[in-house]
Amino acid sequence: MDFMVFQYPMITIQACLDGILLGVLFALIAYGMALQWGVMNIINIAQGDLVILGGYIAYFMYLYGIHPAWGVIVSPIIMYFVGVGIYKLVINKVVDRDLFISILATFGISILFMQLMNFAFGADVVLANSGYGTTFLFDSNVVLPNSKIFSAFVSIVFAICLVIYMKKSKLGRAIRATAQNARAAKILGVDTEKVYAATFGINAALCGVAGALISITFTIHPYMGLPYTIRSFMIVIVAGLGNLPGVALSGMGLGVFEEFADYILGTEFRIGSVFLLLVLILVYRRFKLSRKREYLK
Amino acid sequence: MKLSKLFLSFISAIAILFSTSVVSFAKVVGDKIVLGAAISLTGKYSSNGVHTQNGYNLAVERINDMGGVKVGGKTYKFDIIYYDDESNPKRAAQLAERLISQDGVEFMLGPYSSGLTKAIAPVTEKYGVPMVEANGASRSLFTKGYKYLFAVLAPANLYLDVAIETAVELNGGKGVRIAQAFEQDAFSQDVRLGILDAAKRTGSEIIIDDKLPKELNDMAATLVKVKQMKPDVLVVSGHTKGALTAIRQIAEMKVDVPMLAMTHCDAAKLSKQHGKNSQYALCASQWHKSLTYKDKFFGTGMKYAKDFEKKFKYDPPYQSAESSAALLVFKDAFERANSFDKKKVRDALAATNMQTFYGNIKFAPGGQNVDKPMVLFQVMCDGSGKCENKVVAPLKWASAKLIHPIPKWSER
Repeated sequence: MDFMVFQYPMITIQACLDGILLGVLFALIAYGMALQWGVMNIINIAQGDLVILGGYIAYFMYLYGIHPAWGVIVSPIIMYFVGVGIYKLVINKVVDRDLFISILATFGISILFMQLMNFAFGADVVLANSGYGTTFLFDSNVVLPNSKIFSAFVSIVFAICLVIYMKKSKLGRAIRATAQNARAAKILGVDTEKVYAATFGINAALCGVAGALISITFTIHPYMGLPYTIRSFMIVIVAGLGNLPGVALSGMGLGVFEEFADYILGTEFRIGSVFLLLVLILVYRRFKLSRKREYLK
Repeated sequence: MKLSKLFLSFISAIAILFSTSVVSFAKVVGDKIVLGAAISLTGKYSSNGVHTQNGYNLAVERINDMGGVKVGGKTYKFDIIYYDDESNPKRAAQLAERLISQDGVEFMLGPYSSGLTKAIAPVTEKYGVPMVEANGASRSLFTKGYKYLFAVLAPANLYLDVAIETAVELNGGKGVRIAQAFEQDAFSQDVRLGILDAAKRTGSEIIIDDKLPKELNDMAATLVKVKQMKPDVLVVSGHTKGALTAIRQIAEMKVDVPMLAMTHCDAAKLSKQHGKNSQYALCASQWHKSLTYKDKFFGTGMKYAKDFEKKFKYDPPYQSAESSAALLVFKDAFERANSFDKKKVRDALAATNMQTFYGNIKFAPGGQNVDKPMVLFQVMCDGSGKCENKVVAPLKWASAKLIHPIPKWSER
């Protein structure tokens, strides 16, 4: 244990800022998950792999001399169709079955995606250089890579656009109606099949944006998807479905938590601490739930 | 009924025929010496697995073209049976078992990575099958008392030893302050042990000792500490992702450190992926094409690099060079043993003392190569942003002078 992070205020500020910037990005992925979980009642284990695939799209643009930041436009467009494709091929067959079947199905998709990406892009760790430089704060005691600031900014922009779209557009309203009550929506003339496909597509598109940002900020690798799935799963569990401010807040909370765990416990426990937190939260939720039920009795 | 019985016996007859023919497909068939190898052709090690396979194939082709292996007055050619171990240790052990007990292979080549070699070594040891491996450097491989394991490469604990010694030398013989971050896998942890030894020996102090996770893609926390504590040397080892992440974040966070030493720079294609940001990084390498070792099959390292490039269209990383060397060692041992008896070949391997284009090879009782030092190269870039790896230590092979300390980011 190392409590250096609390001894130097500059490191505390650094850890908080790093965490918040990272958390916003996590929140974007989690928002996609919350959306399709709420609408279709499917927990998508392949979420992280969709993120990585999105990252590869930006990486390939970078390889061909296009600035990887354009990936945040191109990658979601391609990923939308990938998402709709997955829905048509697999998800529509499990969408009204129980949760366990859909978890198995998306787990299968996740493995398939990992292997396909490994096959297509190779097992090398890659990254796209944005050349964005660095911002120095507090007499250059706190350093923030501009790529991180850029990804947080883009994530926020996409999240806001999505909220407006869900509120104002016809499809957005149909999605919300289906989430509330699929049967009633169907009776009232909503083509739920189309809504499901679009929802899955939008989720994949959000993953595409996040992936492009990750390729600019961190590194990508075919087998790196799972930690992103776990993080978004956790954020959704904490925030609850359909609670966008909650998703944003718990995303940032998780980011800050990870950074502090990194300083205090060491980098090796960073991902481990996320898993531990997930278990604790699940136990806590279960505890709360059981109390509630007793109360209702 | 009768017909189905007849059919069944026909099928089993074929099966028996097939299985016997497989069994007879042993170590030496006709004029072929069959070697077995489980290689990571898919999974997370697949790029290095392919480098390994290319190295093996190039050497097989070259040795066969230049007259093959002479044993008992007869000439034999090398042939390799490959299986894909999917970068999975369990699978690798199964495949080793299959190569030996089903395919009848009596001589093995190593897989890629220390982890997989560790999985296979107990199997080859059990059957008394000599294995020459070129990609498992973990020290723990050589302390188990294996009798049939031979590694052409220097053990992992020596990888960055030279860097610390050089830093101490440049500091006027006084100990230095070291910050280190290592992934938690067999190889990187061995590199760490090497640094601990070197620190003790030179009276250096380790001020940051971080461990990195397998899913590493952010080491900002370590680097913030480095910025605050200002060590003399920063050592990072975490395979290719460690090298890539470190360079990206050091450049983004403008971390100034007088010496930065790493592993896996050439596998990570640092100078290609990061260009000028990777400048001045010191990298441990088993081999570099500019070294002056020689043999009659490949000539010099430069010549090897040229031939390799011609065939596979890329510059050979050291993983390929050491893999090629493994076959040269096998050829030499077969000829000295003048037999295909496993025990005799094993004894001949143990007595190996030769020079290859890759370096001198002489095995310690533990199986590691003790006659080949590691080299350090430094990434150096010219004005146009073209970067190259130049050997800077040991001095005997240095093709450029070490740039130390690394200029501050504000002065670049």
